[in-house]
Amino acid sequence: MGIREDILDRVRRNQPAAVPHPNVSDFSRIAKADLIETFRKALAILAGVLIETPPADLGAFLRKQFPNAKNICSAVPEFLGNSKPEDYANWADAASIDVTVVRSPMGVAETGSVLLSEADLRVNTIGFLAHDIVVLLDPEKIVENIHAAYRHPAFSDKAYSVLMTGPSGSADIGGKEVHPAQGVMTLTVIFWREPAKR
Amino acid sequence: MGPKGGVAMQVGLVIPCYLDVFYPEVGIATLELLERLGVEVDYPFDQTCCGQPMANSGCESDSRATEEHFIRLFSRFEYIVIPSGSCTHHVRNKFIAAPPSPEREHVSRHVFDLVEFLHDILKVTQFPWSEFPHKIALHNSCSAIRGLHMASMSERVHDSCFNKPKALLEGVKGIEFVDFARHDECCGFGGTFSATEEAVSARIGYDKLGYMEAAHADYIVSSDMSCLMHLQGCARRLGSGMQFRHVAQILNGDRQ
Amino acid sequence: MSTVDQAANAARFIEDRPHEQYFDTLMWSLREARDRSAREVPEWEELRDLASAIKEHTLSNLAEYLEQFEASAKRNGVTVHWAHDAHEHNHIVADILNRHGAKQLIKSKSMLTEECEMRPYLENRGVTVTETDLGERIQQLDDEPPAHIVGPAWQKSPHDVARVFAKAYGSDPNNDDPVYLAHEMREHTRALIVKADAGMTGANFAVAETGAIVTATNEGNADLSGNVPKLRICSVGIEKIIPTNRDLAVFIRLLPRSSIGIPITQYTSHFRAPREDGEMHVIFVDNGRSDRLGMEKFWPSLKCIRCGACMNTCPVYRRSGGLSYGSTYMGPIGIIMMPTFDIRRFSELPFSSTLSGSCSNVCPVKIDIHEQIYAWRGVMDEKHQIKLAKKSAMIAAGEVLSHPELYRIATFATETALKLLPRFAIYNDLNAWGKHRETPAPAKQTFHEWFKENRQKGQKE
Repeated sequence: MGIREDILDRVRRNQPAAVPHPNVSDFSRIAKADLIETFRKALAILAGVLIETPPADLGAFLRKQFPNAKNICSAVPEFLGNSKPEDYANWADAASIDVTVVRSPMGVAETGSVLLSEADLRVNTIGFLAHDIVVLLDPEKIVENIHAAYRHPAFSDKAYSVLMTGPSGSADIGGKEVHPAQGVMTLTVIFWREPAKR
Repeated sequence: MGPKGGVAMQVGLVIPCYLDVFYPEVGIATLELLERLGVEVDYPFDQTCCGQPMANSGCESDSRATEEHFIRLFSRFEYIVIPSGSCTHHVRNKFIAAPPSPEREHVSRHVFDLVEFLHDILKVTQFPWSEFPHKIALHNSCSAIRGLHMASMSERVHDSCFNKPKALLEGVKGIEFVDFARHDECCGFGGTFSATEEAVSARIGYDKLGYMEAAHADYIVSSDMSCLMHLQGCARRLGSGMQFRHVAQILNGDRQ
Repeated sequence: MSTVDQAANAARFIEDRPHEQYFDTLMWSLREARDRSAREVPEWEELRDLASAIKEHTLSNLAEYLEQFEASAKRNGVTVHWAHDAHEHNHIVADILNRHGAKQLIKSKSMLTEECEMRPYLENRGVTVTETDLGERIQQLDDEPPAHIVGPAWQKSPHDVARVFAKAYGSDPNNDDPVYLAHEMREHTRALIVKADAGMTGANFAVAETGAIVTATNEGNADLSGNVPKLRICSVGIEKIIPTNRDLAVFIRLLPRSSIGIPITQYTSHFRAPREDGEMHVIFVDNGRSDRLGMEKFWPSLKCIRCGACMNTCPVYRRSGGLSYGSTYMGPIGIIMMPTFDIRRFSELPFSSTLSGSCSNVCPVKIDIHEQIYAWRGVMDEKHQIKLAKKSAMIAAGEVLSHPELYRIATFATETALKLLPRFAIYNDLNAWGKHRETPAPAKQTFHEWFKENRQKGQKE
């Protein structure tokens, strides 16, 4: 008997008596009017920065926020950076990026998270190897909580998806979360309407 | 408040082995208190132990004879009362060494910690003969909290707070409760653990004492003398002047 | 291997009072953080009930869900492997790496790979393994196993970490600022990350309906390990399966709050398929889990989602330090899992508990941990794993305590009382109690004696 069959056989023989699959509700309780406030507070807990009014000139904004940035990689049509994701055939080369600009299709109010997948990043590593990340998010795309978030199709059809909340951090030394750690040093969310679909 | 109805309630009294030998005054206080409240107390003289020390060591087969003896002595009572949360928890929830029988089931379902009996059955709220004008740190044992649900536990953050020993003691004139840190952390006794892992047991006890002393308690009070035996041992070794009383002693009228 | 003497290890840990106090304070602060976080979720207890039920449902249909995951994964272009045990797992990993000529492996935290002792196995075969989880990396550099399943280096103070980094990286041994130290890690590990030719992750969860492996990290090191190299390997214990994304949401809300009191980990990631130009392998590992599934009292331990809340709240763990257990998994969950790996080596662990029950009440999946600890004690007795001296004392106690006359003879004489009653508790050493405590003085009169003198006339017996 192959290893697979043997393991499955053992499992089948030892399974306890069947327990029914419970129904998970939505636990919806936040009013739509409070979603942004909830998102703002949650993002701050994990050291994310929120810009609620989109800057008129994103380039100028980025130059001001990140004065030492030489390589801004933009994955969004709203902004032309120094590079785009497709320039990094070797995904490890994304380490040379100073700032990544990307759009997220969904935010989560409960946790202050933004969703990203290969559809948004195209080269996934631009989301972690870059020094800083700026995420454009349409505030209309903020859902209430994690239960609502997991209804998003990305979790079922994308090769890689992540709920990213604030910059990289670690509580491994001393038990309290410090920022940053190995990933991006800062994460900034800018509320920015999605372009109207034609 | 007296017993319900005209006929005095009859209770089988259990005085655990360690109270028998080291703290008979707690047994005496328990007996006197129940009598004051109009309860007819029967103390089966041949009682020994509930079997917990052996069972807690995993040695179920060695506790079987002791359990069977307990069942023989107490199965005739509607109310079996023990001034000990750990013993009550054991008889109610872990009495499995003796083979299943109607008597065994009866005993498990009719055993009460003294506090439960006073609070839930007799529903006593006043102890007019009592006065205890002192600052006390009330310690509820893990058996009392998580085994018998005599008080709410800090782990379950949404449960409404309740505390049966405290509710009873609030009927005592002059008593003052102090708040101390980590209020329902284990005291470190753990039965045989106190000897098999004595360094950790003592360390937990020393810490617990520290929190209670920092809150300026003069007495540590509990419905479990086993915890107090351990904390008292720690306190005396540390040269602390802290005093220890069982809930029964205070409710029965001890002034100090 | 000889039996782990957790009590002796703990006693040594306690001797270093500043360190023990530091660790106890840190762990308790995590328990408090968990409480604060749980208070923010009004449906907390309902989520616990759901999580427990989802896990029980899954485990009772585990074979079916494993097959469903495998089918989903295969559709996504993932290769699924199966390993009976640690050795087979390690062999599969080595084989995959070898076929790709991969020699530089970066990996995120996986307690399963610790369980399998994978690192030394690969290192002996010429593979450089770099832990990208900060805590794991600290322990790797210091050649010490993890002391906690969530924060492997939590037993070390920031000062201790500064010392380790100074030795390994030449950083400032006197700078114990965690931000500085995290930065040092970043600087030194980045180079290893970008030149890695293979990446490994563990799995917090494996979703059957989508075939996705889910990781929850704060650093993003699973995202780095899983995306930078083209070759991605995920090691998964068979008990990590959950049915759907809808179910996943419940666990994603419970895990980080239970662990360290934050609403979500900074990177909650889902690996469903390989990079377009890469490969993804999932290795399902049994290593005793299917056996444990058949244990009537102990199978619920398989619900564990590795949050560590039980350790943070355990009064014994906090005073013992995680290394005292001598095991991959430590604290309350370790006590009930480790005997299934080696009953002899870990035969004393079930006694490293006061049975406070705190663990069971913080467990997000409602494992009846303290009740399983108690049950394991009975198993140790049945399987003759209890030390002879202790067993003899229990037999003797059982004799005396079931014979009223024997009991009274023994207790009425005060000198013998002191010798008898504590004896069954102090089986090895009458002085054990007295090392740090005063022994209670036997009363002048037992309750029995008092009753006989003062009350017995009124009673028949």
